[in-house]
Amino acid sequence: MSAIQVTHLSKQFATVKALDDISFSVGHGELFGFIGPDGAGKTTLFRILTTLLLPDEGKASVNGLDVVKDYRKIRQDIGYMPGKFSLYTDLSVEENLKFYATVFGTTIAENFDLIKDIYVQIEPFRKRKAGQLSGGMKQKLALSCALIHKPSVLILDEPTTGVDAVSRLEFWEMLKRLKDSGITIVVATPYMDEASLCDRVALIQNGKIMTISTPSEVIKTYPYVLYSVKSDDIYSLLRDLRQFPQVHSVFAFGQSAHVSFKEEHAAEDVLHKYLHEKGHSDVKIGPTQATIEDCFMELMNTKW
Amino acid sequence: MVKRQAENIIVVKDLVKKFGSFIANDHLSFEVKKGEIFGFLGANGAGKTTAIKILCGLSSPTSGKLTVGGFDIYTEREKIKKNIGYMSQKFSLYDDLTVFENIRFYAGIYGLRKKEIEERTKVLMEKLDMKEARDKLIRSIPLGWKQKLAFSVAIIHNPKIVFLDEPTGGVDPLTRRQFWDMIFEASREGITVFVTTHYMDEAEYCDRVSIMVDGKIAALDTPENLKQQYLAASMNDVFLKLARAKVN
Repeated sequence: MSAIQVTHLSKQFATVKALDDISFSVGHGELFGFIGPDGAGKTTLFRILTTLLLPDEGKASVNGLDVVKDYRKIRQDIGYMPGKFSLYTDLSVEENLKFYATVFGTTIAENFDLIKDIYVQIEPFRKRKAGQLSGGMKQKLALSCALIHKPSVLILDEPTTGVDAVSRLEFWEMLKRLKDSGITIVVATPYMDEASLCDRVALIQNGKIMTISTPSEVIKTYPYVLYSVKSDDIYSLLRDLRQFPQVHSVFAFGQSAHVSFKEEHAAEDVLHKYLHEKGHSDVKIGPTQATIEDCFMELMNTKW
Repeated sequence: MVKRQAENIIVVKDLVKKFGSFIANDHLSFEVKKGEIFGFLGANGAGKTTAIKILCGLSSPTSGKLTVGGFDIYTEREKIKKNIGYMSQKFSLYDDLTVFENIRFYAGIYGLRKKEIEERTKVLMEKLDMKEARDKLIRSIPLGWKQKLAFSVAIIHNPKIVFLDEPTGGVDPLTRRQFWDMIFEASREGITVFVTTHYMDEAEYCDRVSIMVDGKIAALDTPENLKQQYLAASMNDVFLKLARAKVN
């Protein structure tokens, strides 16, 4: 039995298909990521899994329990951290935690082990009102509250959105420790670089899952040989590369451009010559490994 | 590319902003050059938003000397507001107005004439490939379109400076790149771009980057120089080294 089983799930709002015939399963103890932009359908899916929204079609179960029929039981089994901060802003850190523990019929002491690593970081502020915490601390409190009843499945909707690079890194370290303690974790993120931290990922866009696999398998399916190209001026480099006849795709990746070609052979030499003629200096061209972001854009299959 | 001799469009000297006993901005000093893409990075709570609000004339500094677009932050705030554009991750577009109504509203506020507005809208719809969306409600168009439209509206009055506060949060990777194409273009046309982001690959696209830690500017230079200085392969590593050193 899987921790989560979803088959042919659909949900429509007015004319928008938020979820369009989605199927997947998540194994026990797996760290599973939904990678996709805002509006891809991640939140709708999570709201169905957490029994807060009814699907139009299809089935979904958590720990073998049906999200429609057995919603009460499911709520005891899952911890949910919504994308929007949803704790009581006028209660203190401590009061929020106590409140959630009580609602689930437990105490802070009973499950303190599970949240200890996270909670100690906000403990110095335990008397502060939740509304007055910084973004990073809010996130840690929300995670503590989602864990306080010792759920077997943790569902996190964009926990790292709007969070700086350092706090993001620390958050993923926390998730890894939780996974090691046996909790199944389903997490949504718009940050493509976080995909590599998951056991398996689903790339999602416009209510459809484009692919599901391990991060390394997703990268292996990238269909082109990819080159990294640098010059002294990234803006004109991108423009000129897009004009290059043999080019299939050109995307900026920080200090370099990732380029793939329609036809492979000799393209590299021809490109060197072409960029030289266009007046670029310090041109460097070399093969590079595709990233999840390259794969995502290839799957979106939109032309420039 | 920004010429070295370009004039300073923003000058900040010893900016201090206190909230009670909390020092949000602790003696910030920096200049931004005309046409430059200036990345304003920092951890959550480092004091970025406080500084941006002051630069936009929405909040008063506790002390310090500042000019934005050549105007004094204490005495010429209204002039500053006319000469800047602003866009944040939380949209400034009205959901229940159409695309055209939003453009007309913002352009009207900045004093553009009816005929000018019609013309610019036409050019804009063409450029954004959004002609069929002209009369659609904002709420019904995709997020990526909204984002690009919000940026275009923020510079519709051809401001000297545009402030972008996490403009690409949550958008798909394609739109994120198209958005940066628009930033590059605006910069080429002489608009100074002051931008914050949590995507460290975007920091690489900036002419210069400042990194704030605990209310102070911990580093300020070109991405190339910062990477050399901190022996880092990417801006992500630079950021982690700086922000982590202070946290722990």
